[in-house]
Amino acid sequence: MTIGDAGRLQNNSMPAARPEIGRKFGYALLYVVLVAVAVLQLLPLVWLLFFSLKNNQEVFDQPALSPPLNPHWENYAKVWNAGNIGVYFLNSVWITVVATVITVLLGSLVTFALTRMKWKGRAFVLGLFMVAMMIPVHSTLIPLFSMFSELGLTDRPLSLILSYVAFNMPITIMILLGFYYALPREVEEAAIIDGCSVNRMFFRIILPMTASVLATTTIINLIYNWNEFIFVNTFISSDTNKTLTVGVQNFVGQYTTDWGAIGATLMISILPILVAYLFLSDRIVEGIAAGSVKG
Amino acid sequence: MSNKKMIALYVLPALLLILAIVYIPIVLTAFYGLHEWNGIGAMTFIGLGHYKTLMQDKAFWSSAGHSCLLAIFSVLSLILYLIVAMVLAARIKGANLFRKIYLIPMLLSSVAIAQLWLRVYHPTNGILNSLLVSIGIDNPPAWLAEPSIVLYALFIPILWQYAGFYILIYYAALKNIPSSLEEAAKIDGANALQIAWKIKLPLVMEVVKVTIVLAAVGSLKYFDLIFVMTDGGPNGASEVMASYMYHEAFRAYDFGYGSAISFFLLVICLLVTWVIRKLTAAKDTIQYS
Repeated sequence: MTIGDAGRLQNNSMPAARPEIGRKFGYALLYVVLVAVAVLQLLPLVWLLFFSLKNNQEVFDQPALSPPLNPHWENYAKVWNAGNIGVYFLNSVWITVVATVITVLLGSLVTFALTRMKWKGRAFVLGLFMVAMMIPVHSTLIPLFSMFSELGLTDRPLSLILSYVAFNMPITIMILLGFYYALPREVEEAAIIDGCSVNRMFFRIILPMTASVLATTTIINLIYNWNEFIFVNTFISSDTNKTLTVGVQNFVGQYTTDWGAIGATLMISILPILVAYLFLSDRIVEGIAAGSVKG
Repeated sequence: MSNKKMIALYVLPALLLILAIVYIPIVLTAFYGLHEWNGIGAMTFIGLGHYKTLMQDKAFWSSAGHSCLLAIFSVLSLILYLIVAMVLAARIKGANLFRKIYLIPMLLSSVAIAQLWLRVYHPTNGILNSLLVSIGIDNPPAWLAEPSIVLYALFIPILWQYAGFYILIYYAALKNIPSSLEEAAKIDGANALQIAWKIKLPLVMEVVKVTIVLAAVGSLKYFDLIFVMTDGGPNGASEVMASYMYHEAFRAYDFGYGSAISFFLLVICLLVTWVIRKLTAAKDTIQYS
């Protein structure tokens, strides 16, 4: 710190008055706390990675956190080839993607109508979407199951897609709303004056302008859909239609004693999310923060 | 195309979907709850019969007690998360990396987390008991088989999963506080604790209220890890309301009673939201900037 500016001197007089060493010790202590929390959060996952690359003998004989010295990559090949993991994986991918695209598109349409069109019942419809966020999924499970049974939709991927779209719609709209409110109207007004139709304006001007928030909502939807468990577990019964979460659940049950195979299965199911997080962490963090606080 | 048609085109697809998948089922749940029904055959109207049974159902109230205990633990743990977030927000180098690491468990599927923690708690080969044995504790418990501790053993991974989420929310809120306020307080001679308690806490109180509701309601309807890890066992020792409902409906095929439970759960969740909002709204909130 430089002396000479009276204001600054006064500003810094408090910390400077304290012994420097005490401050450093304080900071070190803070770091210890933060690192300890980080270790707690990561340790089980590191352990999972390690035992996914060991055989049973190594799991039983070596210390729990010893790294796999000769990694058994064949664990991964074994579970990928042995069961239906490949099928579950593909089901997860396409169901997740289709549901996400529909949610984000329909959510954008509604948000556009809610923020840019004047109509009766607008506040009520907005309220319906927002209140839906408070409704526990489990309170809808029994009627959804019997409705889907009557319509012949149980054990069909469509039952999952409809449920995912509906239940992720509120949070999607909530994230989009903040962005749409902040969007300048001048561009639209100019487009209208130029004789642009509403549809054209929405698809050519609005959607591209909201690209960043679309990316955020897309990622949030992808994560939620990828990890969804209770709907798949309730609606889907045949192996060919299961997604990875339920598939993993059943699959692991068959391997109760083969730790390497269980570890590899779990790693396969979480790897796509971890890889996505590695590249898109800022957007994911932003999306999760946006989807929670604004309520 | 007329304006009305245009608006319908933009609003109706999502609106109809949410009515069909969220709101109509809620009404149906209330309706089923008044009937005797096994899911396939004919329904018999029995009025509030299921709710009378529910009031005296010891297994249900025990599961409700477990859900409330989880809610209490979740809400109390928010204090820890807030402290960690305050440390993170105090111009710590690498704060961004830390909060990203903390969030990782929240991104993983509950099934993967549940399966992983089943291994963590494995009586002989799990990492927990291996570590305990290696530091000289000879007979560590079989965590998930012991009725007196199973519930607490399940709370750990649940808190583990959501810790990063709440830290992230608090961190974002704390970062929104204009730094001029903190500097002004420093000039006036406030120490770090005073700044945290007197300046930062009141400013993030709105967010804290939201998280209290999230944590409480999220706990009351909690299901995933418990369902996969213990399925409510041993002998109901870790049953919660949502898992009890699921068992009554989809295992015992008592759809009528299951519906009554899930409607009760819905009412409790909405009620708790409302009560917490009321309670916390009574306090003054400060808005600077």
